[in-house]
Amino acid sequence: MSNLWPRIEPLLARVEKPARYIGMERGAAAPAHRPGDVSWLLVYPDTYEVGLPNQGLQILYEILNERDDAAAERSYAPWVDLEGELRRHGLPLFSVDTHRPAGEFDVLAFNLSAELVYTNLLNCLDLAGVPVRSEHRRPDAPVVVAGGHCAFNPEPMADFVDAFVIGDGEEAVGEMTDVVREWKRAGRTTREGVLRELATIPGVYVPAMYDVDYDGPFLREVRPRFDDVPEVVDKRTVADLAEWPYPKQQLVPLTEVVHDRLNVEIFRGCTRGCRFCQAGMITRPVRERPEEQVRTMVQDGLRRTGYDEVALTSLSSADFSGIDGLVAGLVNEQEGSGCVSLSLPSLRVDAFTVGIAGEIQKVRRTGLTFAPEGGTWRIRQVLNKLITEEDLYDAVEGAYWQGWRRVKLYFLTGVPTEMDEDTLGIAELARNVVKVGRRYTRQASCTASIGGFVPKPHTPFQWFGQNGVDELERKVGLLRGAVRKSGVQLRWHDPAATFAEGIASRGDRRIGRVIERVWRDGGTFQEWSERFDLGRWLGAMAAEGLDADWYVTRHRTADEVLPWDHISAGLHRDFLWQDWQAALHEHGLPDCRWTPCYDCGVCTDYALEHVVASPVAPAGGSQGTGQDLGRGGDTPVAFLGLGEKAGSGAR
Amino acid sequence: MRGEAGFPVRVRFTKRGKVRFISHRDVARAFERAFRVEQLPLAFTQGFAPRPKVSFGLALSVGHESDAEYLDVQLAEEIPLETLTRHVSEALPDGIGVTGAAALADRAPALQESVTAVAYRVTVTGPDDAPVDVGALRVAVADALAKPAIPVTRTRKGHEVTEDLRSIVRTMAVMDTDDLGPVLDLELSTQPRGTRPAEVLAAVDGDLVDRRVLRTKQLIERGGARLEPLEADARSRVPEARAS
Repeated sequence: MSNLWPRIEPLLARVEKPARYIGMERGAAAPAHRPGDVSWLLVYPDTYEVGLPNQGLQILYEILNERDDAAAERSYAPWVDLEGELRRHGLPLFSVDTHRPAGEFDVLAFNLSAELVYTNLLNCLDLAGVPVRSEHRRPDAPVVVAGGHCAFNPEPMADFVDAFVIGDGEEAVGEMTDVVREWKRAGRTTREGVLRELATIPGVYVPAMYDVDYDGPFLREVRPRFDDVPEVVDKRTVADLAEWPYPKQQLVPLTEVVHDRLNVEIFRGCTRGCRFCQAGMITRPVRERPEEQVRTMVQDGLRRTGYDEVALTSLSSADFSGIDGLVAGLVNEQEGSGCVSLSLPSLRVDAFTVGIAGEIQKVRRTGLTFAPEGGTWRIRQVLNKLITEEDLYDAVEGAYWQGWRRVKLYFLTGVPTEMDEDTLGIAELARNVVKVGRRYTRQASCTASIGGFVPKPHTPFQWFGQNGVDELERKVGLLRGAVRKSGVQLRWHDPAATFAEGIASRGDRRIGRVIERVWRDGGTFQEWSERFDLGRWLGAMAAEGLDADWYVTRHRTADEVLPWDHISAGLHRDFLWQDWQAALHEHGLPDCRWTPCYDCGVCTDYALEHVVASPVAPAGGSQGTGQDLGRGGDTPVAFLGLGEKAGSGAR
Repeated sequence: MRGEAGFPVRVRFTKRGKVRFISHRDVARAFERAFRVEQLPLAFTQGFAPRPKVSFGLALSVGHESDAEYLDVQLAEEIPLETLTRHVSEALPDGIGVTGAAALADRAPALQESVTAVAYRVTVTGPDDAPVDVGALRVAVADALAKPAIPVTRTRKGHEVTEDLRSIVRTMAVMDTDDLGPVLDLELSTQPRGTRPAEVLAAVDGDLVDRRVLRTKQLIERGGARLEPLEADARSRVPEARAS
C-alpha cells in the first residue's frame, strides 16, 4: 500500500482547518497491513469535527485493531475545499491514520447517523475511485458496508451499500472479517459469492439478495432471492455491556471537535417510550454498565487523555440506577485533582435531576437544557413524554435557585394531533419559565429550540404524514409572534431541511436515484445550512417521476407494506400500531423497566433482558404517569450487582 | 514568588512535521492536556471557569514549523525542571517536544510583549512547486533591500493604513538550497508590528511562494543585548534537553 502524505501535504497549506486531515490523535493506531489481513476503512461521512467523537466508530476501530487478522483506519468527508484540491490533483480519499488511499482497503464501512449525510457517502465512494452503485463494482473493489441508526431503513441507500449491519456492531464486524478474509484467501472470485456469504450473518442485510415488487406507487413485497437469505433481518444486540468496555483508548484529537471530552457510555437502550424517538425504540432493551466499570473507565480515561471533562452518556443518563451515588462518588474522587467537570448530556425534566446537575456543576452554572418536547399536557401524552407542567416548573425553579441563569428547552412541532393551541403552548411554557427565573435573577433567560418533526421508521409514528414546509413555517411564525418581547429566544430548524430529511427517512429503494441526482448536482454536506438547497431535492424527485408529498406528508395505512418491514428492531408491528392508536387517543404508556411488560417484542423474541442495577425507578422517575412504580411484574429484568452496591443508591 | 504565589516557568518547544497544521489554540490545549497527564502541580485562575495559568508567545501561523516556540506556565509549587522537560514531551503529540525550561524571575514581562525579533528559514518556490532560480532570487532580494521603503496597504479596524515593510525586515539573505529550492534566512522585527514571511516574499516578487517555513529563533532585545527568551528573565536554568 502507498502513503499519500507527500502528495497531500502541499495541498493542506491551501485549505481551511488542515488539522482535520493529519490524524496523530492520542490513541490512534498505525496498523501494519499484512497481505492476508482484512483492512477496514471506517468512514464518517461528515467533517472531522463532527465525526471524530462518534463513539460507535471508535469502538469498532479498537475491536478490529485488537484482532490479529484485521487492521482498521479512519477517514472523514473532506470539506469542499480539500475535495476540490484532491480532484484537481487526481488524488483519492485517504485514511487519516497512515494516509493510505481508500480504494486499497478491503472494506469501506460508513457510519450513518443522519439521513442528510447520504449524499456524502456517495461522494466519498466516488472520491475513493469506487463505483457508487453496487452493481458496477468488480471483485477488486472494496466491500461497502454501512451501519448506525439510519441502517434501520436501508432502502434509500440500497443501491450503493453492499451490506448493512443492523444494530450493535461489536460482534458483527468480527464475523464479517472472517467472511472477507476467506474470500480474499480464495482469490476474491465473484462479488456475488462474498455478498451471499455476508447475507447469512445474523444482523447483516445485503440489498442485492432481495427483489422488490411494486404495485403502482406502493410496495408489494421485498423478497429474498435465495433460500439461505433471511426473509427478515433481525438487529444485533450486545446482551451485556460489561463485556465491551470500549473505547479503552478514546481518541484525543489535536484540534477542536464537537463533544471534546471523555465520553463514558453508562447504558445503552431506553424504555421511556417517547413515540417520536427512533433511538429509544431501536436500541432496546436497557443494558446498564456496572457502576464499578463506569468508575474505572472514568478514572483510566481521565488519566490517559488529560481531558478536564467527562460525560456520562446514554439516552437518558439520570435513569441510570443509583446515578446520584455514582455522581457523588466521581465528584469526590476528582476533587483536588485539578478541576475536572462532569456532565450528563441528556437530562430528564424533574427536580431530582436538577439536584444531580447541581452536584456536578458546582461552578460554571451558566446554562441547563431540558426537553419537554410538547407545549401542552395533552400533546405530551400523545408523544408519551409524560412531564407535567409542575415537573418542568419545579425543575426550572430548582435550576434558577441553584444559580443557573439560562434555561434551554427543546420542543418538537408538526407532531401528530397538534393544534395551534399546542404549538402556542410552547411559547406559554417558555414565557412562564422566564417568569420563574426573573424571581431569582433579572438576567434569567430562556431559549426555546424548535425542531420540525420527521417521523422515523420503527416508531409508533412511522405511519404519520409529516407536516409540509408551509405548515411548519406557519407554526414557527405563530411562535415568533407569541414570544415577542417576552425574554424568550426562539431558535428553529429550517423546515426545508426537515422536508428533505423526510424524503430520505421513510423512503424506499426508488429514493436511491434521487440521492444520486442530488449528489451529482453538487449537493454534498446537506446537514450544513450554507450547503443545503431543497430545490435540488425537489428537482431530483420530479426528474425521477416521484411525488415528494406521497413520500413525506402522506399518512400510511395499517395494511401498507413499509419499506423497512423486512428489517426488525424486535418491535412487533402490532405493538407499534397499538401504541400509535394509543397516541391518537392521548394515552401515555409507562416505562417498562419498573412496570409490567407490555410486550413490545424485543426482550421476549430475542431472549434478552433489561440489565439494571435497581428494581425501583429513580426518585422523580415516574414523570407524572401516576403509576405505582413497584417492581416490574412479569418484565424480564436482570439485576446487576444487587447487594454490595445497594447502599450507593441512597434510598 | 515561591509558596503562595507559585513557581513560574518558561518552556521552549518545537513544532515539527505533520503537527505544524494545528493552530496556536490547538497547541495550547495539547499542552494543558499533557500537563494534566503528567500531573504537574498547575496553578489555576480564580472565578467561575478556572483555567490553568499558561500564556503563549507570538502565534505561529498554521502550517509553519518551529524550533523556537515558548510558553510561560505558573505551577503551584516548585518541581525539578528536568521532570518537566523529559515527561511533558512524552505526553505531547509527535513533533512537539520540550527542548528547554527555565524558572522565571519575579514579575517577568509577558512573552508577547518582550519578544522583539524572530528569525525564519523559508524554502522559496514558484506557484505549484515551480523551481526558482537562486541567482535571480539573490538579485530580487538585493533590489528589495536597496529600496528605502516598501509600502504595503492593510485594513486595520476598518481603515486602510499604509505601513512600511522595509523597516520590519532586519536581514534577508539566500543562504542555502534544499530539495525544493533556495532557502532564505529572514529576521523580522515584531514591535510595534510584525509581518509574515509570505508578505515579505510578495514584496520581493509577487510569484514567490513560502513553501516551507521554519521559525528558528525568537529574541528579546534589551539594553543592547540580544537574549534567547529562556535566558532573558531566568532565575535559574537547566541544561539543554533535546527533543526526542
